[in-house]
Amino acid sequence: MPSLKDLKNRIESVKSTRKITKAMQMVAAAKLRRAQDAAEAARPYAERFNAVLSGLAASVGESDSAPRLLAGTGKSDVHLLVVMTSERGLCGGFNSSIVKLAKAHIEKLKGQGKTIKVMTVGKKGREQLRREYGDLLMAHVDLTEVKRIGYENAADISRDLLGRFDADEFDVATIFFNRFQSVISQVPTAQQIIPATFEAEEDAGAATLYDYEPDEEAILADLLPRGVATQVFTALLENAASEQGARMSAMDNATRNAGEMIDKLTIQFNRSRQAVITNELIEIISGAEAL
Amino acid sequence: MAETMQFDLVSPERRLASLEAKAVRIPGAEGDMTAMPDHAPTITTLRPGILTVETASGSEEYLVTGGFAEIGAEGTTVLAEAAMPKAEVTQDYLNDLVARAREAQANAKPEMTDASAKLVADMLAAGSQMGITVN
Repeated sequence: MPSLKDLKNRIESVKSTRKITKAMQMVAAAKLRRAQDAAEAARPYAERFNAVLSGLAASVGESDSAPRLLAGTGKSDVHLLVVMTSERGLCGGFNSSIVKLAKAHIEKLKGQGKTIKVMTVGKKGREQLRREYGDLLMAHVDLTEVKRIGYENAADISRDLLGRFDADEFDVATIFFNRFQSVISQVPTAQQIIPATFEAEEDAGAATLYDYEPDEEAILADLLPRGVATQVFTALLENAASEQGARMSAMDNATRNAGEMIDKLTIQFNRSRQAVITNELIEIISGAEAL
Repeated sequence: MAETMQFDLVSPERRLASLEAKAVRIPGAEGDMTAMPDHAPTITTLRPGILTVETASGSEEYLVTGGFAEIGAEGTTVLAEAAMPKAEVTQDYLNDLVARAREAQANAKPEMTDASAKLVADMLAAGSQMGITVN
């Protein structure tokens, strides 16, 4: 049975923990708003871009001269997995869920006898993957210093990716990130970016016939690298919003748990205080009776 | 014939402009072109340059770098990798752009040198058009 003093200390420490988690929850809520706004603001660009790109790809795609970024290298032996996680912890299952998806992918590809390379964005995923797949990690992007994710960050990553693709370091690249759905639900997603894939939006008939200047293939060759950057950027933004959402709900839970714990401890504290008082009374009464 | 058309200028990070335009002068990769309402549907890539939008109340100018423009039945959409109202462009910003273009030129592969040299020249031209000399 812990002493009264011990109980009091426990209650105090849980109370200060609750203050911290509560504060973190509020900060995450504010950051979530900003991250959501950023993701919202980036949507028109990404949507138009993908619409035009998929239209172009559909018209050029079948020909032999299609750019390598669209047609691929013709084989799929070396897979590059770009695993995007957060730089900071305390965000619930956010990082684990991405890493779990990536691990499942790695095992599947291993089973097919492919060569796998992993590039990590964000240090939490790197830490988790290093234990089992340390030998596969080949590059890491550190965004610790970045306060607000800008297009530049995405452009840097995609430039790195394209450089490696040109140097034949891999055949297929897939990015892993959490797609933001709501504060309580983020969906770990795997998306192949090289060679480019498009979500087939079949609005046949509605497609306008465009004049292209310069010709279709030149435009496609110009736009595909930008398409990679756009997809990376979208993923980064979705991930940032998801991270804050996950942290917010994790901290909300922690705050609630701390509250419950305080209640329980307080009851225990009151009980033992009462026991002490009762004890003292009994002693006094039995002392008086003995006289 | 319609007097105006919908014009949108979007960068990856935000929507910069969305307004009714009478005409839009686009710095296309193969030369400037002006899009007016009911223009034939066209897609063109951009070179770095000045984009001019004429509205009923005057005109607005933006500095854009690479990207593309889509001229369609409903209006014109310019998707620029980086865009900024001309008035906000500073010497530093332009210097930065040119420096990056020069760096790309230095690292360019043999088959790309022409393209990257053109990029630098386009940047410089855009600068002098705005009265900013890049050092």
